[in-house]
Amino acid sequence: MHETTLYVLQQLINGLTIGSTYALIAIGYTMVYGIIGMINFAHGEVYMIGTYTAFITIIGLLTMGVGSLPIVLLLALITAVIIASTYGYAVERVAYRPLRGGPRLIPLITAIGMSIFLQNYIRLAQGSRDLAMPVLISGGIEFGDPAVFEVSISWMQLIIWGVTLVAMTALALFISRSRLGRACRACAQDLKMTNLLGIDTNRIIALTFIIGAALAAVAGVLLGLYYGTINPYIGFMAGLKAFTAAVLGGIGSIPGAMLGGLILGVTEALTAAFFPSEYKDVVAFSLLVLILLFRPTGLLGKPEVEKV
Amino acid sequence: MQRALFPALFAAGVTFLLTCLVIGVKLVQGGPTLTVVGADADTWSWIAFAVVIVFLVQLLKEPLLGLKQRLPMPDVTGLLPDEQLRNRLKPWLIALIVVGLFVWPFMVSRGAVDLATLTLIYVMLGLGLNIVVGFAGLLDLGYVAFYAVGAYTYALLSEYYGLSFWVCLPIAGLLAATFGCILGFPVLRLRGDYLAIVTLGFGEIIRILLNNWTNVTGGPNGIGGIDKPTLFGLEFNRRASEGAQTFHAFFGIQYDSSYKVIFLYLVAVLLVLLTIYIINRIQRMPIGRAWEALREDEIACRSLGLNPTVIKLSAFTLGASFAGFAGCFFAARQGFISPESFTFIESAIILAIVVLGGMGSQLGVILAAIAMTILPELAREFQEYRMLMFGGVMVLMMLWRPQGLLPMKRPHLELKAS
Amino acid sequence: MSENLLDVSGLMMRFGGLLAVDGVNLQVKPRQIHSVIGPNGAGKTTVFNCISGFYKPTGGEIRYRGKAIQGMTGHRISLLGLVRTFQHVRLFANMTVIENLLVAQHRHLNTNYFAGLVKSPSYRRRQREAMDRAAHWLQQVDLLEFANREAGNLSYGQQRRLEIARCMVTEPGLLMLDEPAAGLNPRETSELDQLILRLREEQDISVLLIEHDMGLVMGISDHITVINQGAPLAEGTPEQIRANPAVIKAYLGES
Repeated sequence: MHETTLYVLQQLINGLTIGSTYALIAIGYTMVYGIIGMINFAHGEVYMIGTYTAFITIIGLLTMGVGSLPIVLLLALITAVIIASTYGYAVERVAYRPLRGGPRLIPLITAIGMSIFLQNYIRLAQGSRDLAMPVLISGGIEFGDPAVFEVSISWMQLIIWGVTLVAMTALALFISRSRLGRACRACAQDLKMTNLLGIDTNRIIALTFIIGAALAAVAGVLLGLYYGTINPYIGFMAGLKAFTAAVLGGIGSIPGAMLGGLILGVTEALTAAFFPSEYKDVVAFSLLVLILLFRPTGLLGKPEVEKV
Repeated sequence: MQRALFPALFAAGVTFLLTCLVIGVKLVQGGPTLTVVGADADTWSWIAFAVVIVFLVQLLKEPLLGLKQRLPMPDVTGLLPDEQLRNRLKPWLIALIVVGLFVWPFMVSRGAVDLATLTLIYVMLGLGLNIVVGFAGLLDLGYVAFYAVGAYTYALLSEYYGLSFWVCLPIAGLLAATFGCILGFPVLRLRGDYLAIVTLGFGEIIRILLNNWTNVTGGPNGIGGIDKPTLFGLEFNRRASEGAQTFHAFFGIQYDSSYKVIFLYLVAVLLVLLTIYIINRIQRMPIGRAWEALREDEIACRSLGLNPTVIKLSAFTLGASFAGFAGCFFAARQGFISPESFTFIESAIILAIVVLGGMGSQLGVILAAIAMTILPELAREFQEYRMLMFGGVMVLMMLWRPQGLLPMKRPHLELKAS
Repeated sequence: MSENLLDVSGLMMRFGGLLAVDGVNLQVKPRQIHSVIGPNGAGKTTVFNCISGFYKPTGGEIRYRGKAIQGMTGHRISLLGLVRTFQHVRLFANMTVIENLLVAQHRHLNTNYFAGLVKSPSYRRRQREAMDRAAHWLQQVDLLEFANREAGNLSYGQQRRLEIARCMVTEPGLLMLDEPAAGLNPRETSELDQLILRLREEQDISVLLIEHDMGLVMGISDHITVINQGAPLAEGTPEQIRANPAVIKAYLGES
């Protein structure tokens, strides 16, 4: 095969990897938006906290002498999900619930305040420097012509795809099959009505924040292992990207968030392939503005009907 | 109280989960190896303290709420004299303050004047953002981008074309406004929260572009040697540049570097006074009324033929232009700018100023800007916790007093009996 | 066709699977009071929202003074002279009564910023004119004494009248009232009755009315359109409608 083709193929693989983690984070934005119609600005920080928790757990367990890597990773995942969910819940309780029903600007400001607070809270607790973890999972599959260009899919990438797929399937099943999932869908349709029907909507809203946070934590663990470095500021860009993915797919739509994440990841990877890599953020952002300009409902979103 | 026991235990548990890992354990990078260490006993006792406090507060929530209701709400407006007296005193007070602003710098140290100049920049930024957030009710999280546009406009025009500060000032404002217009137009048609995230992204993008467009902006190294403003062509340097004259030579006095500092301060005062005047007028103009109306009921506005996009855009653009002016002045004062000065943190600080001062209240914003710039100077240790506190302040203010510490209403036109 | 002020033909509005408005036709002539009636959920307000530009109709044509306006944004339609009130009063509750009327005149006031900053003579003149017009309309709806009070503090009936005055300062050609008598007591309703008739006489405008109060509708309407389940059921003069068996069955008979 041609060198460029192989190179693009490699970028596609990298893009799908990053894209699936964007999709995981984007779910949190889209679900919360779907129910209370607001952007959870602190979501990126919850992801960041998930990553930190995973690092702490992994290093802690390794120091304690737990040798089996799968067990370490599984425990890290569980811890990250628990802690991040708690943060998601706390954000909802502190920054959203007391303000429900007021002017829309107010919770937006509390949420951004929350985001700044959490970022600096981690900075003060854990330091602002980059922290690097040794590579835990190395190796992979390689194909293509070694003389021209070798395409590689690392085990880590395969794990990311696999875990994302499992998490997404679990979410889809939960939303479509379980009683709570049905309540979630009802809330997304009409919050007031659902409340009148005797469902504790406060609980459902909190649940949405928790699910979003849990998925962000999963993404955090995966990306933390993939990149190997973290700092307190990673939540900012990740949040922005995931939000773009959610809007791209159509905010409020869960399949949309998945699709948007993948498209964004691939677009970024292809940009990075041909331009200086800093510009991938610029491209992602331009994509967001273009979408808002030409198709504000996103790819799979439904148009909103205003209640006059 | 028994009923409160379970929620209290729950809240305490949540607090423990929130703190135990991220504060109680610390990641330490020693060379290539990463290790975890448990925090010291001090930190753990803080965590325990927090858990206990949350538990007690939740447990005693109802008695505490009852107690709170009996406490009078602090009402700052009540401390002011009654309206008639206030209206009579107002012009005198304003005159006194303005005179004070001009006289004061000659009596204090250089450092104090310099700090005052910095404060005035934040006052200007706060007032500008207040138009967007307070008057029009739009959340702009990338306000610093327009500040950057203003600063780089002057820096680049001065470096490449040798244009003076006074020529660049209006250009900077206009260019920032143009950016605001281009960015705002597609987004302002949509729901308010999109604006927040798009401006957030825009702020980052501007910084990335400035950082990477190295051959024009100098990248991370920034631009140095930016000219200071002149007084009708008189420079404040020790030696005049070619074809120019210095201030001290013109007036035949000894050179003193504090002249420059005081002059910059006075320029800042003038800019702020102009800003206050313009905003005060605009508030009373039809557009100021339209902003308030739009904040109250957008649908009614549309039914009356007001174009919401255009009205929001005017606030957004106007706010951006003030950031442009402030940026231009900032570049002149510093003499050096780099993308470092235009991070999201700056946007957050300005937003915190607006939120603390009370959205829509000019006096409140001015006082908040003064407090927020001077406090960190008074206590250096405060610097470390500054951003944490700003974040906390935003949350607490919105929960406790969303109208800000010093709320103020837009002056309403009255129908006089004829 | 051109003698009609408003000409709606074959109006359709679909929300997902629900066809809320199906083939509604309306012709409003100059200086005519035209009512749209129908049972709850018949789609009256949806028709209103389509005409006033708050919804984009899925099909059909709306012409105002011969100009096609379907799909235009709400504020542009309002600028053309079709101005509406709302079923639930939408005043700027925290602004004063007089300022509510000044906001409505925004289009007439829009002089440039510079003129406003330096308070140029023409700016002052326009301001004064706007004040005068506002005062005039407050007098018309008998609210002059409340001019400097916050609109939210008025009684419900006063708020209704203020909303109409707020429409009138925009100098509309067609006034669209969405259930103006809802929540009013009989005395207030009859005052409203008089006000609508007077507007038609003195201001040379047409009124398109959605109303539940049959007394009001029958008393002042020149023409009535009945819609039921989104589709037109009957139209004619109040007498014709009163005598129409289909209408009685669908609407009057049931209520």
